[in-house]
Amino acid sequence: MRNFNAFNLAREAMRGHKGWGQQWRNPEPKKSYDVIIVGAGGHGLGTAYYLAKEHGMKNIAVLEKGWLGGGNTGRNTTIIRSNYLYDESAGLYNHAVNLWETLSQELNYNVMFSQRGVMMLAHNVHDVQSAQRHIHANRLNGVDNEWLTPQQAKEYCPPLNISKDARYPVMGAALQRRGGVARHDAVAWGYARQASAMGVDIIQNCEVTGINRAPSGEVTGVETTKGTIGAKQVGVVAAGHTSVLMEMAGVQMPLESYPLQALVSEPVKPVFPCVVMSNAVHAYISQSDKGELVIGAGTDSYLSYSQTGSMHILQHTLDAIVELYPMFNRMKMLRTWGGIVDVTPDRSPILSKTPVKGLYVNCGWGTGGFKATPGSAHVFAHTIAKDEPHAINAGFTLERFRNGRLIDEAAAAAVAH
Amino acid sequence: MLLIHCPYCKEDRPELEFSNAGEAHIVRPKDMSDMSDAEFEKMFFIRENPKGVSLERWRHTHGCGRFFNVLRHTVSDKFLKVYEAGEPRPSDEEIAELLK
Repeated sequence: MRNFNAFNLAREAMRGHKGWGQQWRNPEPKKSYDVIIVGAGGHGLGTAYYLAKEHGMKNIAVLEKGWLGGGNTGRNTTIIRSNYLYDESAGLYNHAVNLWETLSQELNYNVMFSQRGVMMLAHNVHDVQSAQRHIHANRLNGVDNEWLTPQQAKEYCPPLNISKDARYPVMGAALQRRGGVARHDAVAWGYARQASAMGVDIIQNCEVTGINRAPSGEVTGVETTKGTIGAKQVGVVAAGHTSVLMEMAGVQMPLESYPLQALVSEPVKPVFPCVVMSNAVHAYISQSDKGELVIGAGTDSYLSYSQTGSMHILQHTLDAIVELYPMFNRMKMLRTWGGIVDVTPDRSPILSKTPVKGLYVNCGWGTGGFKATPGSAHVFAHTIAKDEPHAINAGFTLERFRNGRLIDEAAAAAVAH
Repeated sequence: MLLIHCPYCKEDRPELEFSNAGEAHIVRPKDMSDMSDAEFEKMFFIRENPKGVSLERWRHTHGCGRFFNVLRHTVSDKFLKVYEAGEPRPSDEEIAELLK
């Protein structure tokens, strides 16, 4: 792997950029590994990266049934924020924001992290009270968040309609200035490139079809479409398919999988300077560096693994977008797509050991896992390497649904579920 | 959008008239205080979440307002069978037959 720096860039410019080489290896699986991560999205690749970098483990494989970064990592709307209500969530998501700030330097790969601010609109008295409660809770936890009047919100985001007779009147907004967006593909590619350079085998087109266990119960490896692969520890980081995989080890999960949709418009010149979300009318929007408006819609109301979604969900979102930003009412939408998100009963993720020795699970990110990628990967690697959770993810156990210690972010989530 | 057959109205109606009400055939306990934590977790939080045939409840919210049960495939989203609330769970043989 060749580092990206001014010297190498000049050198490659002189010889037609022929010397960069492949960014990661494409190996065949070995007979066995110390650790197997199932799922090569951002969270899985990041976990392998931190296992190699911070815990000195080298004999690691990441198995992926499709291509790396092809699931929810490549399908989300790339929003990053940490303004969650509860202490545990603030700790986890803010850990991620801290890592985002130096991730491009750390990976020597430009993840295009842009702290353009995330503004969450309040449309009624309940929204105002809830947003202000969040702001106070966030500040106590050292998470930046501030209240804007409608006029201040309009100054921060000029396309916003704050007219009093609007269908969804803006009564104010909560702004997290450290929030923003990043290039989702680059996150997967950056982690894959560095992990591969440290000896991690990333094996694509290799679907896990079974999890093998010894008579005494502990994990001994996995069955795949490329044969049996042994492992002392297995980490499942499979988003919407977590229930399917965990069932192979006899663990039933408190998860439900739903399609979540997003869409992009035709590209236009820079018009939208920040990220704006509206929980009440359920629309969130930002503009990519290519110029497309990136719009997040909601989930369908029923379980599905179809990686698509219903048309009326998109229509509902676009209704709201056009009401909030009348200037977009003649924009053309270019593409829509869906991903399968795994939702927990309390809308908080699970980063945990499991009842099966040697089996770990990182799931339940629901509609908002991208923002947590580096933080999630970092503490999950710790959980696997030390066989105990990091202080930051200690509360995000699988047992919380048995002992009742939930982290009930349902009301704090960005989208209605 | 899905077209859903309501077993009470005996009509195919658009999805917008219905709401999904989660997994079917979960038996609510007579006395919750008798349950162990593990039993409560299983009843309240653990879900099948199948990639395949899902047995689930729907409600014809903007129609007759009644609950009913369906068999639906979660990859194709196709409805395989619709039946009234209170009818027994279809046997595995019947589900296998519907999948043919």
